[in-house]
Amino acid sequence: MLGLVNGAFYALLSLGLAVIFGLMGVVNFAHGAFYTLGAFAALLGLQWFGVNYWGALVLAPLAVGVLGVVLERLFLRHVYKLEPLYGLLLTFGLSLIAEGCLRELFGSSGRSYPVPDALQGAINMGFMILPIYRAWVILASLVICGGTWFVIERTRLGSTLRAATENAQLLQAFGVNVPLLSAATYGGGVALAALAGVLAAPVIVVSPLMGNSLVTVVFAVVVIGGMGSILGSVVSGLTLGVVEGFTKVIYPEASNIVVFVIMALVLILRPAGLFGKE
Amino acid sequence: MRKAGIVYALAGLFALCVPILGIYPIFMMKLLCFAMFACAFNLLLGFSGMLSFGHAAFFGTAAYATGWLVTAHGWGTAPAILAGVIAAAALGLGIGLIAIRRRGIYFAMVTMALAQLVYFVCLEAPFTGGENGLQDVARGSLVGVLALKSDVAMYYVVLAAFAAVFAMIRRIVHSPFGQVLKAIRDNESRAISLGYDINRYKLLAFVLSATLSGLAGSLKTLVLGFTTLSDVLQANSGEVILMTLLGGAGTFAGPVVGAALVVTLQEYLSDIVGGWVTVIIGGVFVACVLAFRRGIVGELAALRLRR
Repeated sequence: MLGLVNGAFYALLSLGLAVIFGLMGVVNFAHGAFYTLGAFAALLGLQWFGVNYWGALVLAPLAVGVLGVVLERLFLRHVYKLEPLYGLLLTFGLSLIAEGCLRELFGSSGRSYPVPDALQGAINMGFMILPIYRAWVILASLVICGGTWFVIERTRLGSTLRAATENAQLLQAFGVNVPLLSAATYGGGVALAALAGVLAAPVIVVSPLMGNSLVTVVFAVVVIGGMGSILGSVVSGLTLGVVEGFTKVIYPEASNIVVFVIMALVLILRPAGLFGKE
Repeated sequence: MRKAGIVYALAGLFALCVPILGIYPIFMMKLLCFAMFACAFNLLLGFSGMLSFGHAAFFGTAAYATGWLVTAHGWGTAPAILAGVIAAAALGLGIGLIAIRRRGIYFAMVTMALAQLVYFVCLEAPFTGGENGLQDVARGSLVGVLALKSDVAMYYVVLAAFAAVFAMIRRIVHSPFGQVLKAIRDNESRAISLGYDINRYKLLAFVLSATLSGLAGSLKTLVLGFTTLSDVLQANSGEVILMTLLGGAGTFAGPVVGAALVVTLQEYLSDIVGGWVTVIIGGVFVACVLAFRRGIVGELAALRLRR
C-alpha cells in the first residue's frame, strides 16, 4: 500500500515531465526542485500565514506555476531552438540554484507537515489497516492524472497543445499565440509537480533534498514508460511504485535500486520503452 | 597553431614549477585529477556527442576499488590503481552496453539512472564504509622504488599521469577512430550509411572515457587519502559536465581550463560564501547554456577565427 502512495507521486511527476517534454521538447530536470518547492510552499504558508492544507493544495501549485511561467519566459524559451540536451543542462542549473537556496535558508534538516484533521485516522479493512490520508493521496492523484489526460486528449485546448507539438510554426500562422502556450504548459507541468509536493508533505519528511532523490527515479520511470506517452507514464509510475513497495517487504536492501534494475532490463529487451514508439 | 604550442609549453613549464612556486601541492593534484576526469568526459561529450549524466559512477567505482584494496588488503599502489581502472572499464562496458541503446536525452537519463544504482550499491555494500567512506588510504610507493608519501613526489606522478592521458586523448581524437567518432557526432545516419558499425564505435568511446575517468578517481583517492560517497554522487557527475561545458566541449584545453576554474572556485569560494557555492555553480550552469555554449576556450578560438 505504501508502494501505491509512492507510485502515485511517481505518476504525478512523470505525468508533468511527459507533458512538458511532449509539448516543448525539454527534459525538465528541475521537476524535483518544483516538487520540493510545492512542499515548502505548503509548509511556510502554514507557518507564516496560517494557510491550511486545503488552501495550500490550491495556492502552492498556483504560486509555483507562476514561478514556472516566469522562468520559462526568462530562460527556457531561449533553448527551444537548440538541441534538447541544453534544456536538460539549463534546468539542471536551475534545480541546483533552487536546492542551494532552500538549503541555505532553511537548513538541510527535515521538517514535518501535519496531516489535516479531516483526513486523520484509518479504516480497518479486515486484512489491513489503511490510513485515510494515504487513500486520499492515491485517489487525488488518480483524479488529477485522469483530468490531465482528459484535458489533453478531449478538449479544444488539448488539441491546440497537441497541434503545437506537431508543428508550432504552422499553428502560429493560424493565429495561435504559441509562446504563451508553451509558457502556460511549463507553468502547468511544474504546478503538477508542486501539487505532488503538497500531497506528499504530510507523509514524508519535508527537506530541501526531497526532490533530488526522486527526480532520478522519475527519470527511470519515464524511460521505462516511454516519454511523451501520458497514459504510459501514469501506468508505469503506479506499477513501479507497487513493485518498489513489494521489494521493500521482501528484500529491503534492494528497494532503492529495483526501479533502476527494471529500467536496465526494459532497455535490453525493449529499447523504446514499454509504451514508447520510436 | 604555433601560438597554441607556445601556450602548451608555458602551461607545461608552470605545471613543472608548481612545487617551487609554493602553490599548495594537494590543491594542484586535486585540480589535475579533476582536469583528467573532465578530459576523459570530454572525449565522450565533445568528440563523440554523447552526454553522460553518470560519470561519477566510474570515477567513484575506481576510487572505492583502489581505496578498498589498499586499506583492507594491503595492495601496493600500482596494482591498486590498475585494479581501480579495470573496475571502471568493466563498469563502463556494462553501463555502455545498456546506455548506447538510446540516444540524446534518453542516453543522459539512462546513464544518470544507472549511476544512481551504483551510488546505492556503494551506500549499502559492506566494504565501502557506508556514510563514512574509506579513510586513511596510504599512498605507499610506486613499484617499490619511489615513495609517494611526500607531496612533491606524488605531484609529479599525478602530473605525468595527466600529461599521458592528455596526450592519449589527442592521439585518439586525431586517429581514424576519432574521425569516425566525430562523424557519428555530426551525422549519425550518414555514418551508418557509410557502413560504419556505429554502436561498436560508441561503445569503445564510452569504455575509454570510463577507463580514464577511473584513473582520475583512483589517483584522487591516493592524493587525498580517502574516498567518500560524494565521489559517486550525482552532483559529481554534474560538476564534470560543468567543467567541460564551461571550458569548452570539443576542445582539448577546454576541460582543463574548466576544471581549474571550478575547483578553484569551490576551494576559495566555499570559505567566503559557505553553502551558497551550489547556487553559484547553478548560476554558472545557466549562464553557460544561455550565453556561451562553446565554453571559454571555444569562444576564444571562435574570436580568433573571426579576426
